[in-house]
Amino acid sequence: MSVDGYLETLRREGRIVVVGASLAGLRAAETLRAEGFAGTLTMVGDEPHEPYDRPPLSKQVLLGKVPADHTVLPRRRPVDAEWRLGAAATGLDLAAKQVRLADGDAIDYDRLLITTGVRARPWPRELEADLDGVCVLRTRDDAIRLHHRLKAGPRRVLVIGAGFTGSEIASACRERGLPVTVAERGPAPLVGALGGVVGEVAAELQRAHGVDLRCGVQVTGLEGDSAGRVRQAHFSDGTAVESDVVVVALGATRNTEWLADSGLGAGPRGIACDAGCRAFDVRGIVTDDVFVAGDVARSPHPLFGYQFLSLEHWGNAVSQAEVAAHNMISASADRRPHLWMPSFWSAQFGVNIKSVGVPPMADQIIVTQGSLAEQRFTAAYGYQGRVIAAVTFDQAKWLDFYERQIEQAAPFPPEFTTVDRRPEGLQPVPAGFPDPSLPSHGPTVTLSGHSPTDRRVSFTPRRA
Amino acid sequence: MTSVALLHRITDYANRPDPYPLYAELRRTPVVRDESGPYLVSTYWEIKELLHDPRISSDLRNLTPEAARASGQEHDPNLPPAFIRLDPPEHDRLRRLSMRPFGPPHTPRRVFDMHGELEEIVSGLVDGLRGRDTIDLVDDFSYPFPVTVICRILGVPREDESHFHEWADTIAAGLDPVGTAEEREAQVQGVRRARGELAAYLAGLIEERRRSPRDDMLSAMATEHGPDGQMSPVEIITTAALLLIAGHETTVNLITNGMLTLLRNPDVLQRLRVEPGLAVPLVEELLRFEPPVQMLPQRTTLADIDIAGTIIPKGASLYLMVASGSRDPKRFADPDRFVPDRPDNQHLGFGHGLHNCFGAPLARLEAQLALTALVRRLDGPSLVEDPPPYRQNAVLRGPRHLPIAFSGIIG
Repeated sequence: MSVDGYLETLRREGRIVVVGASLAGLRAAETLRAEGFAGTLTMVGDEPHEPYDRPPLSKQVLLGKVPADHTVLPRRRPVDAEWRLGAAATGLDLAAKQVRLADGDAIDYDRLLITTGVRARPWPRELEADLDGVCVLRTRDDAIRLHHRLKAGPRRVLVIGAGFTGSEIASACRERGLPVTVAERGPAPLVGALGGVVGEVAAELQRAHGVDLRCGVQVTGLEGDSAGRVRQAHFSDGTAVESDVVVVALGATRNTEWLADSGLGAGPRGIACDAGCRAFDVRGIVTDDVFVAGDVARSPHPLFGYQFLSLEHWGNAVSQAEVAAHNMISASADRRPHLWMPSFWSAQFGVNIKSVGVPPMADQIIVTQGSLAEQRFTAAYGYQGRVIAAVTFDQAKWLDFYERQIEQAAPFPPEFTTVDRRPEGLQPVPAGFPDPSLPSHGPTVTLSGHSPTDRRVSFTPRRA
Repeated sequence: MTSVALLHRITDYANRPDPYPLYAELRRTPVVRDESGPYLVSTYWEIKELLHDPRISSDLRNLTPEAARASGQEHDPNLPPAFIRLDPPEHDRLRRLSMRPFGPPHTPRRVFDMHGELEEIVSGLVDGLRGRDTIDLVDDFSYPFPVTVICRILGVPREDESHFHEWADTIAAGLDPVGTAEEREAQVQGVRRARGELAAYLAGLIEERRRSPRDDMLSAMATEHGPDGQMSPVEIITTAALLLIAGHETTVNLITNGMLTLLRNPDVLQRLRVEPGLAVPLVEELLRFEPPVQMLPQRTTLADIDIAGTIIPKGASLYLMVASGSRDPKRFADPDRFVPDRPDNQHLGFGHGLHNCFGAPLARLEAQLALTALVRRLDGPSLVEDPPPYRQNAVLRGPRHLPIAFSGIIG
């Protein structure tokens, strides 16, 4: 049969399996149907819920403004799929083209899309993690549990880790009037993602909103009472804090364990794929029928030195899913690359934070507009003389411009005059990212030249 | 192509009923310098890019003296500029202070909560048309509706309308890049006089509201303190004048252009009658297809800017031709067709970026309610004259009169 004939048959009566029924999975399914895929579509998801939206979980849901079950993702079109929800995938047989499920079933596919995403990294000491009141926040059920805890009016909440999730949780606690302590190993909140200069602004913001922010400390232990409820946390500086709710916000782990023996290039940093979303196998050879998208994918980006980036960004999940779906049912000449601009946003302590590009790659930063002191500014990040990222605090309307600057590899520091340029921003300064060789709760963006089969990378939360 | 006198042709009244072929001509070169000096940008992506470019200023004090003279847009020394003509951080502070009593985050439901009140005003106006078989939509409906609304929101007595109608007209006409040097000078003088008189009127009103505040924006601006402090009296005057005029001169055209477009597309009119949900995308399409604001003539460059292969020098006068951008075939499929439920309709009708229309939520709601009520209650409406007589203004474009014949009022 000719290749074209195969493609036509695939589009008409092929079998496509999507493992991972969240944002990327759903958008991919919709795109498949929108582009004329008429075959069998099976959606596999380990959670029992239909696809829901995560950004509100750490914001409106914790504030009680939106019930957690009202975050179901809107459908762009009917996807006419068989939904296998509450059925985790446990294995993949590349040769037999089969996905194995926890309930013993096996599903045959002609094309497979993996969108299994990430899960919250748990507190590493299991006994302490099991204490009543120790929570994480990643899923809808997590959000329901944490919301109930906060509603019950705990005496104090401890948030471990001041990345975006941790900071948003702290913000929600303060908005609810709850005393909150934030423990951060780095010198400031958000430092892994945005660097020390912007991290200082985030620290000011937290303190101004009444957060008991402790930077440069690690939590050395959680202590429970006789009933197994968490009661106290001990810090590396010898201090302790009484707390009846502890939220562990130490980043995420990619859901790739189920692929361990599959021969796919999958590891703790995600599943390596080419710019067209086709997965690599362990030998570094690109597959024809296995595609990946969303948080679990790691793909090379030409604009950032072809480094493999894995991003936990909402917009990236959507656009990568669309590209993957398109490529799954297209001839190679019609395939498209996923040339997205990394971007994300956060809302905390009344401030809208947005970013484009890859800030952790930067060596320098300059405030191009607004003022750090007013907590309302735009900062450009530079790497070897070019603009590679920008961050805004309450100035998101300028971001399109900086995105173009990054796309065009514009010189850094910028030479032009702008509106709202203040004296304090005229000089670039070191961006203040932590030494990448030291582990950290981490940038949401992982930059790595490691082999996709490298499984020796491990999280070490209590390194001195 | 030659750029010779393109601006002159666009402002030529003879082309007012249909400027779109001129825009199509203009789009062949995304950036052209008009012989009179300004740079015209006419394509969608370039306009959008410039609206987010921090090297673009709305503050006319940044124009070179030659550019300022050529455009006739000199700064009025008597009154400081309103936030529409300021850059950050001053712009941001004033816009935030004005938004406090109007919209989110502090007053998120103000516009939404006006739904019932707006419907009442609309039905009152339509009821008043009973017993007639022809109306001038502009004078009988499109004008009184938004004026009543903006007066209520600001707290300006409706009975003073006759005074400020003339001031508003004069000030809006001042946006028009027309005429000889003498005509422009006369225009500038007229605008200054009108601004002065309007300011004096508002100053009195604001003083009154400060002494006895009511539930309106003028009172809020005169009495409230926020994290940004408070507006000075002169800042309240310029802001109130801006909102009053913007509330006057744009929605009138949106509603009138809308009804004209519906009467030219009877199938769409019929659809809107039975499908009220259509009003939402339909108004968006109107803002793309027949936008009240045709161009943004008040921008300048703070640096030399390279866009679409042309370098616009620092201090140049920049005209962003938003109505042209919204019909750019590189952005919109079949752009000269009116498609009431057009998908992905990110038009430039309200501008973009930090000067994005302040009153957009209100304008949208007003137009949705007005058009839905008109098509439902006018029995068998038809155009008396097509094209209708237009206003002189090429920047704020719309019919001066829109005579409509009908056989009665339903309901």
